[in-house]
Amino acid sequence: MTIMECAGCTLIAYGVPFSMFVFTIAHHPFRVIISMTSAFFWLLSLLLSSFLWFAVVPLRTQLAFAVPFAVIFQEIFRFLFYRLIKKAEFALQRVQMQELTDKGMVFDRFAVAYASGYGFGLISGTFAIVNVLSDMTGPGTLGIFGHSQDFFIATAFLTLCVILLNTFWGVIFFTSLDKGGIHRFIGPGTVVLTHMLFSCITLVNRTLTPMYTISLIVGYAILLGMIIYTVVLRGFNLNNIRQRIN
Amino acid sequence: MHRLIDDNQDSPDEMTELLKSQDNDTIIDGPERPNITNLPDVAIIQTSTDGENISSNAAATASSHSRVEAIDPQDHETTHRHRRNEQPDEQRPLNIEHEEIFKYGASHVVKLFVPVSLCMLIVIITIKTTSSYTPGGATWAYTPFTEDKSTNTQRILFSLANTFIFMGFVITATVILILLYKFKCYKIIHGWLILTTLMLLFFFLYSYFSSISASLNRPIDMITICFITWNIGAVGMFCIHWKGPLPIQQAYLIFMSALLALVFYKFLPDWTGWLILGVISIWDLIAVLCPKGPLRILVETAHERGEQIFPALIYSSTMVYMVTAVDPPPREPQFAPDNVDTNMAVNVDETLNEEQRNQRAAIRNNNARRQLIPRSDVPQTATRREPARYVVERSNSPVIDDDDDDEKGVKLGLGDFIFYSILLAKASALGDWNVTIACYVSLLIGLCLTLLLLAIIRKALPALPISITFGLVLYFSTVYIIGPFSAELNLGQVFI
Repeated sequence: MTIMECAGCTLIAYGVPFSMFVFTIAHHPFRVIISMTSAFFWLLSLLLSSFLWFAVVPLRTQLAFAVPFAVIFQEIFRFLFYRLIKKAEFALQRVQMQELTDKGMVFDRFAVAYASGYGFGLISGTFAIVNVLSDMTGPGTLGIFGHSQDFFIATAFLTLCVILLNTFWGVIFFTSLDKGGIHRFIGPGTVVLTHMLFSCITLVNRTLTPMYTISLIVGYAILLGMIIYTVVLRGFNLNNIRQRIN
Repeated sequence: MHRLIDDNQDSPDEMTELLKSQDNDTIIDGPERPNITNLPDVAIIQTSTDGENISSNAAATASSHSRVEAIDPQDHETTHRHRRNEQPDEQRPLNIEHEEIFKYGASHVVKLFVPVSLCMLIVIITIKTTSSYTPGGATWAYTPFTEDKSTNTQRILFSLANTFIFMGFVITATVILILLYKFKCYKIIHGWLILTTLMLLFFFLYSYFSSISASLNRPIDMITICFITWNIGAVGMFCIHWKGPLPIQQAYLIFMSALLALVFYKFLPDWTGWLILGVISIWDLIAVLCPKGPLRILVETAHERGEQIFPALIYSSTMVYMVTAVDPPPREPQFAPDNVDTNMAVNVDETLNEEQRNQRAAIRNNNARRQLIPRSDVPQTATRREPARYVVERSNSPVIDDDDDDEKGVKLGLGDFIFYSILLAKASALGDWNVTIACYVSLLIGLCLTLLLLAIIRKALPALPISITFGLVLYFSTVYIIGPFSAELNLGQVFI
């Protein structure tokens, strides 16, 4: 039961992201590097958040204090990563394109935004689930003190949600900043707000018998909204889609 | 043979001339060739200094260096331009301004990510499944003091003592190697390296299998073990010191690095391990970057002699060797063979016919021209381990135009593999996967940064310092600060 559950939860959480990796990122070394670097930036943001949590000793059990700051730090680091990418793009543009293409360093903005969001999401989801997965393989009884028995499966689905959400947030963030104008505020603002909403909703999971349905439904609703927003931002609208279908 | 040692080559034609002359110098006929080509294999693990000074000869010598070395950019670029862009001569000087700013691209970084990750994966899987590779138990000669002390101060002092003894062995071995190289005792170096590989492949493989079978609780009879060990070992000796298919050679090098990392992990006491990691990064930095560093001297000597092959560093009683492919500089008329890089064994004196050229081009297009430079250490004898640096090597180009034959091989010394894997093994010892993953990401990012620096600076660089620094910082911060926060979050399934 344990290995089965572990395998099942791993595949739930990592199935879609793994396919995304294999089909869109694995064969493009530049995107692999971007994903790795953005994962590193996420780690740095987590380091800052942990410092804050660690420093404020009396509030250590009150996660409601640390979580909003964690979200803010993550978004700040996402913005910092965007600046880094901008600088790199500027520097790369001065080099011959031929050389860059040969070396596989093709700067496709959408791909970079996607890879960066993916990197953020992957490491965020990994930190959320990997210890749970490793504990899952050992012996134990779930919910022995009246806790919810859906702990593992809810975790897996929430992790999947987080990974995908981060991917879309990355695309929205970078694309909006690139577009300029009013989008420079709407895009990142939406990202920050929905991220804060999602994380604070998951705080509800801390009660003794949590209703995972709340966070799951809210999370996936936000995901749907983000998908639609991304699609609209990228220029598709109903006419386009209708034309493509017909 | 007069070699012009000049980093700043103005004219591409001169460069081509250099290449050609180098080529002639390094081609040895017949029976001698294997020696020379083998020598780089037993390269020394070099300290960074060696790698650093690689200049125009770097391309040739580069292969033997275990450090990160940039092959002389102009060298490569000239060849590169020469063979790739069919431009009239007068346009060449203009192109120099817009010449390749990045020597390596993203693909080279990923080509290093994969073997490093594989090595770490092997080490971690072995540690998690078998129990015999956990530290504790026997001590070895290089770190004679135990760490079971009553107070922390005493523990630190004895760990420091251990570290300095270890570094003493390392430095001694480097110096001996340099002396041997300076006095041209190639045969000794070569023999030593073969001996080390022999010990590594047979003895450690045998003990690895024994410990695996012991921990899996499945007895294996002696005949099977001997058969398997003999086969794997013999093929390994062939692939590493002679010719063999590239993926197999890479697999062997990765596996041997993993084995050595496991041995190190088993025998290094806890705090000593961390101190050694830190001190050896500093040593790496000093040895490669300081003008008086031993490796730098080694590099300059190799440069003066115009030798491609860089002999391996030898520890006082342990064999440290680096396997590199010697790549004679590409010659336009002939396809320079590349022992380790090509998938087929090529004879340097062969004249290529059209089909062979096409074949080679196809191989080149399909294969990763990655040359791994392993450094192995047999701990029984004095160990001096130099962090491996990787060397960038020019890949050989066939005469015909290859559109995407732009790949330069990227090399990473095996010592780097070993130390990365040791760091990750120590990170995974706690059982907290957050720590392991954080260290893994930081190690890879350090490697990426080092390669980026190498691509821009084009001098040999130590591959250890940046990665190990990131790894150490992230390890300690994850264990003490991020860990508890993350545990608190996981407990309540709060997703930030």
